[in-house]
Amino acid sequence: MAHEIEAIQDPGIPAHVHRKADNDPAAAKQAERQVAILFLLSALGTILFIVSYVAIPEDIFVFIPVMGNTNAHQLFLGLGLAFSLFFIGMGAIHWAKTLMPDEEVTVQRHEFRSADEDRDALVATAKEGAAAAGLGRRSLIKRSLGLSLGLVGLSPLLLLRDLGPLPGDSLSKTSWKAGTRLVTDPGDRPIKPEDLEVGAVAQVLPAMIPGQDHRALSDIGKDAVLLIRLRPEEFNLDAERLSWTHEGIIAFSKICSHMGCAVALYEQQTKHLLCPCHQSTFDVTRAAKVLFGPAARPLPQLALALDSEGYLVAKQSFSEPVGPSFWERSS
Amino acid sequence: MTARERIAGNVANYVDERTGAAAWMKKNLNKVFPDHWSFLLGEIALYSFIILLLSGTFLTFWFDPSQREVVYEGAYQPLSGLKMSAAYASTLHISFEVRGGLLMRQIHHWAALFFMVAIVVHLLRVYFTGAFRKPREFNWIIGVGLLTLGIVEGFLGYSLPDDLLSGTGIRIAEAIIQAVPVVGTYIAFFAFGGAFPGEAFIPRIFTVHVLLLPGIFLALITVHLMLVWYQKHTQYPGPGRTEKNVVGYPLFPVYMAKAGGFFFIVFGVTTFIAAVASINPIWLYGPYTPGQISAGSQPDWYMGWLDGLVRMAPPLETHAFGHTISWNILIPGLIVPGIMFTGLALYPFIESWITGDKREHHLLDRPRNVPNRTAIGAMALTFTLIALINGGNDIIAQQFHLSINQIMWFSRIGILVLPPIAFVITKRICISLQRADRELVLHGKETGRLVRLPHGEFVEVHEEISPEKKWLLTSHEQSGALELPEIDKAGVRRTDAIRNKLRSRMSQANAEVAPKVSVQDLKEIEHH
Amino acid sequence: MKRLSKYRRHRAAAPLLLIIALLGIGTTFSVASATPNKSALALARSAIIEEGKQIFLKGCSSCHGLNAEGGAIAPSLIGVGAASVDFQVATGRMPMADMSTQAMRKAPVYSPQEVAALAAYVASLAPGPAIPGDELLNYERDGSVADGGELFRNNCAMCHNFAGQGGALTQGKYAPTVMGVDPVHIYEAMITGPQSMPVFSDKIITPEEKLSIIKWIKSAEAEPALGGASLGRVGPVTEGLLVWTLGIGILIGIAVWLAMKAR
Repeated sequence: MAHEIEAIQDPGIPAHVHRKADNDPAAAKQAERQVAILFLLSALGTILFIVSYVAIPEDIFVFIPVMGNTNAHQLFLGLGLAFSLFFIGMGAIHWAKTLMPDEEVTVQRHEFRSADEDRDALVATAKEGAAAAGLGRRSLIKRSLGLSLGLVGLSPLLLLRDLGPLPGDSLSKTSWKAGTRLVTDPGDRPIKPEDLEVGAVAQVLPAMIPGQDHRALSDIGKDAVLLIRLRPEEFNLDAERLSWTHEGIIAFSKICSHMGCAVALYEQQTKHLLCPCHQSTFDVTRAAKVLFGPAARPLPQLALALDSEGYLVAKQSFSEPVGPSFWERSS
Repeated sequence: MTARERIAGNVANYVDERTGAAAWMKKNLNKVFPDHWSFLLGEIALYSFIILLLSGTFLTFWFDPSQREVVYEGAYQPLSGLKMSAAYASTLHISFEVRGGLLMRQIHHWAALFFMVAIVVHLLRVYFTGAFRKPREFNWIIGVGLLTLGIVEGFLGYSLPDDLLSGTGIRIAEAIIQAVPVVGTYIAFFAFGGAFPGEAFIPRIFTVHVLLLPGIFLALITVHLMLVWYQKHTQYPGPGRTEKNVVGYPLFPVYMAKAGGFFFIVFGVTTFIAAVASINPIWLYGPYTPGQISAGSQPDWYMGWLDGLVRMAPPLETHAFGHTISWNILIPGLIVPGIMFTGLALYPFIESWITGDKREHHLLDRPRNVPNRTAIGAMALTFTLIALINGGNDIIAQQFHLSINQIMWFSRIGILVLPPIAFVITKRICISLQRADRELVLHGKETGRLVRLPHGEFVEVHEEISPEKKWLLTSHEQSGALELPEIDKAGVRRTDAIRNKLRSRMSQANAEVAPKVSVQDLKEIEHH
Repeated sequence: MKRLSKYRRHRAAAPLLLIIALLGIGTTFSVASATPNKSALALARSAIIEEGKQIFLKGCSSCHGLNAEGGAIAPSLIGVGAASVDFQVATGRMPMADMSTQAMRKAPVYSPQEVAALAAYVASLAPGPAIPGDELLNYERDGSVADGGELFRNNCAMCHNFAGQGGALTQGKYAPTVMGVDPVHIYEAMITGPQSMPVFSDKIITPEEKLSIIKWIKSAEAEPALGGASLGRVGPVTEGLLVWTLGIGILIGIAVWLAMKAR
């Protein structure tokens, strides 16, 4: 560069401008009063809080525009607490702004870097200590220490082993077996094909086995099934999948093949199933083929049959694991 | 000496003789803090954290972190007689039978939202003003750590009540864990004590939520504040402010009164919102069961961008050798966020590598004077914002009568196309603003008054700006690009030629500015 | 409370009238069959059907066909039953204002008597679900709120949201809110499955269970703000919006005031 660019001069810190309250005692007095009023408002807030806690029953409702009928206990308790806190803050800040000294102060920064002699001294001390301890020479000690420290880190990991059982094949198994009845959820009523009209859906679970009086959520998380009836001619299925349906009734796992939300949002006209979590869309007529969204696999289909009493049952267990993918899943 | 002074003196003496605190206090009560509203954003986060500790402690007195099944027989009639977990039932108990319990729950949840908002806004302030530069890189990394932990802590917090919405969130988290190749299934089974949802998860995350993470938070926040204290606060440029000084108010009494007062303000405003606006009405969501779901299931906003990324992911899965890799979960759920947070944490080092600037900086940048950084920030914000919008696509579709499919396609394309556009536009705006600054210094500001010159021409009178303003608009540094040779003195291509080329390229982009006004420029103007 | 009930009564006035009118017709029939004066009542009935047919020909046949056999843009109405007609027409969904993605709820075009006539005409074409009577619809007596809530979350919330506020479906379609809907229309929707909505058969969700669902919906509708403004009852999105606008806005405003030099 031919010549240094000359920067514009720093004019320095501007002269201090005094506030009204600095020179005018009346203004100072007024500011003092304002601060006091703010603190008193806070006290009023606390009184409102106490009164609301003691005197307002929990089942009184007041009509407030925008909010509608609002629980008075909750509202006034909250407003009381809010005011009591808020106005302490307002008072303190107003006090600081109007009456405390407001002349800006300038202080110098120091450099963070230590002085060279301090650094050298530190290095010397460290080296000396290391030499005295024999860190450099006694390599046997160093290595064995390294080994034991490394091994000691394993113990907590091992201790965490009992956090849970190994997965085994539990992700691939559900309660559905050949002959398990489909029952309504809630209600636990078995279902006959004629119970479902065309266009109808039913949320179903496997019937409980004799002696069972309770379903674990981890079972519902794999067993939940959606039953849908359409006109048989609307299906576009291969022969095997068509044989899994019964008179237009088709059943899919309700647990999304993407992330496990319940996919039960069935559009009767389009025959699409939508997952409300991530909007994966499945086509019921084509064995829940993915039409849209992040899901990569169709929902597993449950094969249906009738038992001797004419109720809908599972023809077999699910042919693939239900729910989200996992490493050990083979397809 | 009054009696009160004597007592205070005795106490002070007692303490000082045992700790020697007087010398330290004397020095630190005069500690100077520059005053600017944007320096209070971090304080909002700090105060929200204190509110969270206070309200959270209150909630633990009644909350029962257990997934044991109970039959609800409490005050809220529409759920009467239903089976639910003890965690959900006790949350209902806090809401409807503990006086002030619902208020405290709402304060706790709103404070959590404020905490995360304040962290993000604070981070943006630090980023766009360059406050992360040497010597403050450690504090930047701690800050990114706090942001990350805040997201986790918030997620665990809203998962605790075990309502339908939070259970859905846990289900999705479990699917993300399960998607990790090789070990995912095992980690999921260990975390949940068996198959999802099991009965172990809520007690476990309760301990993490109320003990482990708050402890880590306290430690990190302490270090964060100690570093701010020790390194002294940065300040905005202005007359009399240099890299070597701090201009502001002493800690005692002004700053203490203002900061202390602001704590009460933050607490008061949080309580006010908790009093008038409902948050997380778990009694409407119902107890969690894996077979149920609500339309419009969303996470809290600080997880919303993550959910938005998951929603827009392409349906990709690899099945090979008897194993499955779910790219549709791994990419948006782990890989992209991993890249985002790593990039965020490393940004100070990347920028310093590009500029070659290894000096200390205590004066903040005006965002327009560092167009490249500002544009990168705008790009990252655009990316996150589109992800966030897509996270609420169903609610947006419902409210504005749009189609979720269209919003999804807008997001899928927009997240690739719009960030680079935001980069270019922001950079151009910054440089234009620099030009406007230059005009202002050279020709003064337009007054709107027209004057007719003797020969008939109309001109607008320009008023010269004050010396302080001139200084403000010209005090920033403008250093040129690095010049890194590809070929060494002996004429041989250097081993690091490619790296140097990349670095030069970025350095050049970084140095693209409108030249600031110098004294020579002003003199030239006078000659005309 | 008193005012509220008056208001509700007022809003339900038209459909109630309709039910009374229909009941009137029903009673007349039963009376008619018991009395020798059969032919006069059969005549009255066929007059109503004839009136419905005339309305149909004017207002509906251009899309649904002259004999309700359906057309290119509208389904056949043979066998849909009176319940379906009542739901679609009395809630204003039919006739459709334009051929948009789905029929919206709006002010009904036809009077209750005209709707009743239309329903009678369509019901005369082929048997289908009938409009549930007042006695059947006594949800206050026969329903259970808690059961209804569980049924709602299991069968309805996935489309209509946890609090019945409605939700988005695919391609711009949506599930409407169920707040402020007449019990009879909620019931009709469940048994007929209008538009995107599937049918909930009586064996799958029994009539008592349907009443429980209605009772829960009405309880959710009447539920006051327990924790302050409800923010639309759509979950965390509006909460996040509030904290990013009003919440942080107030705090930043105060911060600006705090850092401003006093005069």
